Amino acid sequence: VMASGYSAKEEDGHHSGALGPAGGAAVRSRKPDNTAFKQQRLPAWQPILTAGTVLPAFFIIGLLFIPIGIGLYVTSNNIRELQIDYTGTESSSPCFACSQNYSWNMTTPCVCSVSFSLDQPFESNVFMYYGLSNFYQNHRRYVKSRDDSQLNGNLNSLKEPSKECEPYRTNDGKPIAPCGAIANSLFNDTLALYYNDPNGTETQIQLVKRGIAWWTDKHVKFRNPVGDDSNLTAIFQGTAKPVNWQKPVYELDSDPENNGFINEDLIVWMRTAALPTFRKLYRIIEKNSSTSPTLPRGNYTLKITYNYPVRSFEGRKRMILSTISWMGGKNPFLGIAYITVGSICFFLGVVLLIIHHKYGSRSSSADLTH
Amino acid sequence: MECTADTVALLWMGRQLPLSPGHFTVSCFYYTIWNFIPKNLFEQFRRIANFYFLIIFLVQLMIDTPTSPVTSGLPLFFVITVTAIKQGYEDWLRHKADNEVNGAPVFVVRSGSLVQTRSKNVRVGDIVRVAKDETFPADLVLLSSDRAEGTCHITTASLDGETNLKTHFAVPETAVSQTVSKLESLQAVVECQQPEADLYRFVGRITVSLQGEEIVRPLGPENLLLRGARLKNTKEIFGVAVYTGMESKMALNYKCKSQKRSAVEKSMNTFLIIYLGILLLEAVLSTILKYAWQSERKWDEPFYNEKTEQEKNSSKILQFISDFLAFLVLYNFIIPISLYVTVEMQKFLGSFFIGWDLDLYHVESDQKAQVNTSDLNEELGQVEYVFTDKTGTLTENEMQFRECSINGVKFQEINGKLVPEGVTDDSPDGYMPHLVRVLLHQTCTLSSCFFTGEEELFLKAVSLCHTVQINYDQTDGPRDTFLQANGVSDPVEYYASSPDEKALVEATRRMGVTFVGNNGENMEIKTFGRSEKYKLLHVLEFDANRRRMSVILQTPSGEKVLFTKGAESSIFPHARSGEVDKTRVHVDEFALKGLRTLVVACRRFSAGEYEEVDRRLHEARTALQQREERLAEVFSFIERDLELLGATGVEDRLQEKVQETIEALRLAGIKVWVLTGDKHETAVSVSLSCGHFHRTMNILELVQQKSDSECAEQLRRLARRIREDHVIQHGLVVDGTSLSLALRQHERLFMEVCRSCSAVLCCRMAPLQKAKVVRLIKTSPEKPITLAIGDGANDVSMIQEANVGIGIMGKEGRQAVRNSDYAIARFKFLAKLLLVHGHFYYIRIATLVQYFFYKNVCFITPQFLYQFFCLFSQQTLYDSVYLTLYNICFTSLPVLVYSLFEQLVHPHVLQSKPALYRDISKNALLSFKPFLYWTLQGFSHAFVFFFGSYILMGEDTSLMGNGQMFGNWTFGTLVFTVMVITVTLKLALETHYWTWMNHFVTWGSIAFYFIFSLFYGGIIWPFLHTQDMYFVFVQLLSSGSAWFAIIIVVVTCLFPDVVKKVLYRHLRPTSTQKSQVIEAYPGTSCLDSACCFSEGKSGFAWLGRLVERTMSRCDLARVTSLYVIFYTSEQHLFIPSVGTPPNPTPFLVLSAVRNSSMQW
Repeated sequence: VMASGYSAKEEDGHHSGALGPAGGAAVRSRKPDNTAFKQQRLPAWQPILTAGTVLPAFFIIGLLFIPIGIGLYVTSNNIRELQIDYTGTESSSPCFACSQNYSWNMTTPCVCSVSFSLDQPFESNVFMYYGLSNFYQNHRRYVKSRDDSQLNGNLNSLKEPSKECEPYRTNDGKPIAPCGAIANSLFNDTLALYYNDPNGTETQIQLVKRGIAWWTDKHVKFRNPVGDDSNLTAIFQGTAKPVNWQKPVYELDSDPENNGFINEDLIVWMRTAALPTFRKLYRIIEKNSSTSPTLPRGNYTLKITYNYPVRSFEGRKRMILSTISWMGGKNPFLGIAYITVGSICFFLGVVLLIIHHKYGSRSSSADLTH
Repeated sequence: MECTADTVALLWMGRQLPLSPGHFTVSCFYYTIWNFIPKNLFEQFRRIANFYFLIIFLVQLMIDTPTSPVTSGLPLFFVITVTAIKQGYEDWLRHKADNEVNGAPVFVVRSGSLVQTRSKNVRVGDIVRVAKDETFPADLVLLSSDRAEGTCHITTASLDGETNLKTHFAVPETAVSQTVSKLESLQAVVECQQPEADLYRFVGRITVSLQGEEIVRPLGPENLLLRGARLKNTKEIFGVAVYTGMESKMALNYKCKSQKRSAVEKSMNTFLIIYLGILLLEAVLSTILKYAWQSERKWDEPFYNEKTEQEKNSSKILQFISDFLAFLVLYNFIIPISLYVTVEMQKFLGSFFIGWDLDLYHVESDQKAQVNTSDLNEELGQVEYVFTDKTGTLTENEMQFRECSINGVKFQEINGKLVPEGVTDDSPDGYMPHLVRVLLHQTCTLSSCFFTGEEELFLKAVSLCHTVQINYDQTDGPRDTFLQANGVSDPVEYYASSPDEKALVEATRRMGVTFVGNNGENMEIKTFGRSEKYKLLHVLEFDANRRRMSVILQTPSGEKVLFTKGAESSIFPHARSGEVDKTRVHVDEFALKGLRTLVVACRRFSAGEYEEVDRRLHEARTALQQREERLAEVFSFIERDLELLGATGVEDRLQEKVQETIEALRLAGIKVWVLTGDKHETAVSVSLSCGHFHRTMNILELVQQKSDSECAEQLRRLARRIREDHVIQHGLVVDGTSLSLALRQHERLFMEVCRSCSAVLCCRMAPLQKAKVVRLIKTSPEKPITLAIGDGANDVSMIQEANVGIGIMGKEGRQAVRNSDYAIARFKFLAKLLLVHGHFYYIRIATLVQYFFYKNVCFITPQFLYQFFCLFSQQTLYDSVYLTLYNICFTSLPVLVYSLFEQLVHPHVLQSKPALYRDISKNALLSFKPFLYWTLQGFSHAFVFFFGSYILMGEDTSLMGNGQMFGNWTFGTLVFTVMVITVTLKLALETHYWTWMNHFVTWGSIAFYFIFSLFYGGIIWPFLHTQDMYFVFVQLLSSGSAWFAIIIVVVTCLFPDVVKKVLYRHLRPTSTQKSQVIEAYPGTSCLDSACCFSEGKSGFAWLGRLVERTMSRCDLARVTSLYVIFYTSEQHLFIPSVGTPPNPTPFLVLSAVRNSSMQW
């Protein structure tokens, strides 16, 4: 009762106050300034989440998300993907023999080949990945066991690697290059792909090994040390190769643009995976002609130079062939998520509409006529 | 300096006393430049939260932990720095104020001459000269002034805000030493008690050696000039410093405010403990699981990831502890480090709005609201009990003499004349003999011929028995120029610490008995122009326990008379003669009219009687031990066998809008208790007139209980009546004596009665009793939040006791204001302070606290989940820089701005619908349910962030158009990006009031995160030993899938919350939410907000109605009619539920409705 009259009066005070300060400023009074800020009257947008305001948003989200989801799902579904597990733990597996004798430094590499067939042709560029399971690249001890400064070509770090690299820091008193557990455990299987022509000939498919690492990694983050000599061998003089490696870092590839620290296989490996099951880009099969598919339908043979032991930690090794869309590899999750959320939004929109119709009008009128 | 006893310091006058320097600068403020850093750090680390983070930081420094020490060190540094800056700033202000005092030049008598020095160099025992209008540099005992009688005037405005002049005295033996040379030859010893903070207590004595003879004189507060007070109307004084520097009473009163903690802070600490529990649980769980995994070598140490020698060789137990600590460090961010600093900033900055509020500004007195502590802002929104003083709080404390009763005859003052009751000014002249006298008295110059003896004696008594001062230095002070400019006929201005006294002396002046002056020894009055001098022999000062004051005078004829005045209960029992019964009836009648009554009496001493009185008074006053008790004893010995002269009735007008305010508070669910020193009848009548008691209330009384058992019986009777008659509302009246009985034995019963009464009035309360009542309620089982509001020194204890203490800047000095948490000029401002500011602050801080915990749960839970996928190796999900900056950069500003500007309902609505206050009562937003909701929401959001990203990326597919792969850092960055956006938008959903600043910081924070990440990832940082984040963010953003993933995760997180909000609003709306909708109707709020367009309906179907509404929204008639309906319905809804009875009496509702229609 009185409170209402009260506030009305206060309001009056407000308005007179609004006129006041300009004139009354001459007399220094303690009267607070009548500014919007100090009076907490800043112009403001005051949204209220009612069914009324939210409903259109729900319908819009629903109507947007469902088509987006369908689009994403279709895109994902159009991607061809093939996975081949060549771990060789089962005795029937062609790589069983190789997987059994574990050794890093085998003089004669163990080679095994797995045959598979493609029911459908892979049309555009095909990306070849190797995948490992149960391999904890995200273990803390592992993740930090690297020296980015050394990999960036710093000569001091080359000779004096970071302590983080322990126990893969030095070997026989010589600094290891590249040091650390990550580099030491570089994936060293060699995969080769052959197309078995129906006429019986086996043609090796050209695998491109450039462009598999991030451009910035390749060109900025990883650099070969630069010495007086342009010869990598000379620069790496006085360093030791990682214990598990068969050859030193300056012999990783014959191509000088892909050798040493800027070897893309090394760079890819050095980007530690987030989860214990991961894949890494190995090679790219580029589309050669516009008429024929990159990988036509038919039988193929994967020849593996089996070096990498995974049996000790129950790991698995895979080879994956995949085409790529703008959104990456095959991933139905996004599409499904969009469709689901969109549908729920739409459905709830309908529910809210009903609620709004039944209760909304009642409650709003209740306030007025009670 | 010699010490004669433990409690007595002995000072040799006129000698330099060797005391360690530095003892004397006032350093109540905490810090100097030198000790600021160590001392401030020490203070800050005494806070549990800061200490916790310090420990975490040290752990990170000592052992190999997953995150670098920077991640907790930098936020800690930030928090400490911000707090230090704030505290340093506050301290600097204090320094600045104190430097003025400490550095002020002072003249000290040294080796026979005046020497200028700085006030901080004044030593105990120095004789100091202070000139007119200077402040005293230390607590001085007045030795002499330029006046022969050794008096001086001071104002203590800076100490207690009392602006009246106070007279202080020198003992006669030293008062003659008015020059430096005379002071040099003075031999005296001052003894005084140990320093004590009470401004109004000082006990000491001075022994003056005069020609080999030692004269002992008592020293009391009237001899002591307090540091900080100012000399007025006196050319110069000499005084000896007794307390200097830190020991001065001013410095002792600088004591830091009692630490009141708000309910929000308490729940905040509870939450902290809960989260600490969660943290420990997660850490223990992780450690155990880690060891479960590690038991197999293939997981613990596969060939590709061998341990170092050091790791292999370290002891298992150490390893275990270190692992546990490492997990603790990893998850420590779940305790939000910046919570405290944000809360502190919010409170500090937010409290400015109270002082800035024009609605809390009182034009007449030029006073704005004042915030003494910002710690309790949100407590203003939680008040359940208001304890209010009456005089000066509910009333103006602007006394106006109205009526008196002289010797059994009642008089009224009409136009400055005393008219017997029943005769008005309109009556024909000369009918009544009294009236003739009244009309003619001004022409009667020779004698008091027209007053009867009793009347004259009464008027003289009233004009003599007081401690009023006169500002007779006419050229001094602004007040006189004001008077002259206004041509006011008053020749003199009275200053009194008690407005009653002032009103009485002014009234007698109007009636012809003018108090002319008091020069310390004599009081001079002019009775109808004839001057009379009374020698002032003794003043028996007023005190709250005695509730009377007296003067002993020697009349011009040489008679020794005691005049006393005081509360009727303290005079009547001692009255021996006079019209006691008639006067008592009159006093009760005055009280019924709401007048403040004082009873005046006198006592004539025979010469022998006086000698005894004089001797006993002198003894008591010179006593060093138990002086107060002995004085009280002597006073009661003197003030007896009184001859009753009459009584006075002084009106104290109600402040404006008191009734409305009390009603508003009641609608808000706040119980209002009035605690007053007034007598029962006065209090009840004021209570009724200010709406505290309704006419319809059943008023229960617990008064004049004499014994314990009687009191208990009465209480039981009342309880029974309440039970029987539960429909009607009850009001309870308790008086001081009954209250103390009730509290002594029957506390529980009393509480039960009180709680079922909708209004309680306590009268005849002593200050400490007020505090006791407050404490009783405060500590009752429900622990309600209490607020005490008052204006006088007698309210200080209750103001300090209550959860929130509010001082009224009234006429009774500034004692209450100084001790309060908030000070306002008028009682009516309380409504806005509680209903609007309190509501806002509570909502703001509650959401702030909940949100802070929420966002840190969101932050750290993915880290925890990640451990399940990385063998519990403590690998962090996010980069160290992100860990560090999350709380201090990416998410700090939106919530701060929110907590400063949020207004969920328009302030006018809050004020006009007090019932909305109930929506937040009992700490509603921080109770267990909302806390659980926020926490669960935090956890579920964290799950969505993590597993959303996991499903997207973890299914080891490429997300980039060139087939390349992401690594663990990209994964963490994706989670982090989603999190920053979601958490920021979550706050946006909570925001109801979007000023440009909210927009700026909300979108700015997200933008800043992106810009910062691009920058941070765009450079090979020369001093970091890993470049984990190099181009990670750019690569993430270059992936289309990542963008789609960010959108879907954010929507998925926020979508259920929106649905919940909408459903609750429609199915179970709170009254606040209802009023948000209503709010859209009145014109003003509608014009500047978009809500009126989107309010209520949506879509195309309602377009027509929308247009109609938009068209009519400024239609005044419609708005008004809405208001009427609205308020009427409010009454229906809320009045009945105020009290305990569930059903309203029909009458009550009827009256409410009638009122509302009158209003409109």
